Amino acid sequence: MHYKVLIIDDEPLARSIVKECLQPYPQLQLVEECNNGFEGVKAIQQHQPDLIFLDIQMPKITGFEMLELIENPPHVIFTTAFDEYAMQAFEAHAIDYLLKPFSQQRFDKAISKWMEISKTTTAASTDQLLKEAAKHPLQQERIVVKTGTKIKIIPLHEIHYLEAADDYVKIITAEGSFLKKQTMSYFEDVLSTALFVRTHRSYMVNMQQITRIDPYEKENHVAVLKSGANIPVSRAGYPKLKMVLGL
Amino acid sequence: MIPFCISWFIWICVQQLALYQMGLNWFEALTDSIVSNSLLIYVSMLMFTILRFYLPRTNSVLNLFMWVMILTTGWFFATDKLLDLIYGSNQHYQSIVKNTWPIRFAIGFLINGGISVIGYAYFNWQERAETEKKKTEAEQLTKEAELYKLRQQLQPHFLFNALNSINALIGSRPAEARNMVQQLSEFLRSTLKKEEQQWVKLEEEVHSLQLYLEIEKVRFGHRLSTRIEMDADALQLQIPALLLQPLVENAIKFGLYDTTGDTLISLKAINEKGELFIEVENPFDIETAAAQKGTGFGISSVQRRLYLLFERNDLLQTETKENIFITRVKVPQPYLPGALKKV
Repeated sequence: MHYKVLIIDDEPLARSIVKECLQPYPQLQLVEECNNGFEGVKAIQQHQPDLIFLDIQMPKITGFEMLELIENPPHVIFTTAFDEYAMQAFEAHAIDYLLKPFSQQRFDKAISKWMEISKTTTAASTDQLLKEAAKHPLQQERIVVKTGTKIKIIPLHEIHYLEAADDYVKIITAEGSFLKKQTMSYFEDVLSTALFVRTHRSYMVNMQQITRIDPYEKENHVAVLKSGANIPVSRAGYPKLKMVLGL
Repeated sequence: MIPFCISWFIWICVQQLALYQMGLNWFEALTDSIVSNSLLIYVSMLMFTILRFYLPRTNSVLNLFMWVMILTTGWFFATDKLLDLIYGSNQHYQSIVKNTWPIRFAIGFLINGGISVIGYAYFNWQERAETEKKKTEAEQLTKEAELYKLRQQLQPHFLFNALNSINALIGSRPAEARNMVQQLSEFLRSTLKKEEQQWVKLEEEVHSLQLYLEIEKVRFGHRLSTRIEMDADALQLQIPALLLQPLVENAIKFGLYDTTGDTLISLKAINEKGELFIEVENPFDIETAAAQKGTGFGISSVQRRLYLLFERNDLLQTETKENIFITRVKVPQPYLPGALKKV
């Protein structure tokens, strides 16, 4: 049985180490080497690999952000020079992580761990992992989305509000709206509560965009944004909003 | 202190005058006034000293009142006793002074109370100023620790990546691996031996920056190129050790780590009328930079260091031209050998 393997790392020398370590495993077939997350997204869609070796710190989008853009991501072994403390947060959720520079023995261990896991589960459960990663300061300033074949990086301060849309969350900015396959509660966990408040079951608002809050029907309110949009504020959302505004 | 003495002197005269008006002769009035007021000064000073070491909280002002009461009573009886010793047998004196005790007590209490309130306010203010100062100092220390921590952040990451590259080179290109080990050691040594207070020649500083850039070229040689243009007479000027390192690290971080295309990082230095001007230029990614806060850590740490060294905030300037980020630093030169050490 052959497995398809992908290496995503922005340093050629770092990739060559992984290639060298892969030599004793003829059943692992290297299908492509990628220079960055953008190439990674394309290559994963094209090859549907069984296992990827993924660097975390790469140009423009991090390894974590790249994973967020992929539906049903493959199994991942991280290769990184990040410090161990930072990686411990992900230990429970990743197959394994290799701290650069790593030895062949350490590499073998990661491969056997993956083989054990791949026997029992087919798809990796990366949701928890990505949630942990999103809380990392490296990524707290932005959200990465895919629109068609293009990848868009949205700084948090440019977001007006978030709106639930079935299995997706709609991210509304001055440039338009973008869809991200996520839940509202994920964003509630991940985004800073000083900047974003969940005013309603289906809405989260950027506090800096609010110009005023008006009463609406009985016991409800709407938040009026700079853009003119009216965002519903539920009875449960109103006290939260008041608290953040310091009223 | 002088106004204090003058007011006491005036007060002694006023009391003397009052007693004289009541029928005592000049000498009796003066003795009485001096005795009672000297004791009062003593008691007030006692009160003041107590307040210096024991400052009642706002909710125990009653305590302060009790103290004033007790001390005033003590003063009152001591004065009475002392004057009795002097004028005990003087019928004329006794008959006049006998009826002055309520007013004496009241005035003593008021003066004592007044001084206590002033002391209380003064020491309270002093204590508050002290706490404020300590707080600022503590904040300063935290900030410095934080800066230090941030400063260290890039280094381990850089080091491990460099080691990883060496690891890769050992198998395929051992000569290059050996070269890189030497460069890395030399670079590390140059950053270790320099203390931050030290001044070095620009030549020396540029040499270690070149080592740093060479190491990054091994990792990213396929897309990193550098251009270093230094005036010969600029190289002889002085610069605080490691001042440029964070700026170049910053240029690498935004220009190389965060871009996908070819990158040119350029360093320029000129000597303009004995002053050193340095320019660091790097490209950056407009899209990702929008999500970055401020100008990045490297710049702010250099800004702060320049301020600590020269007490000037205008020595570092940044500019963006399309996707090029330019940092300009002016380094005032230390001419006196004494100034070298001080800074």
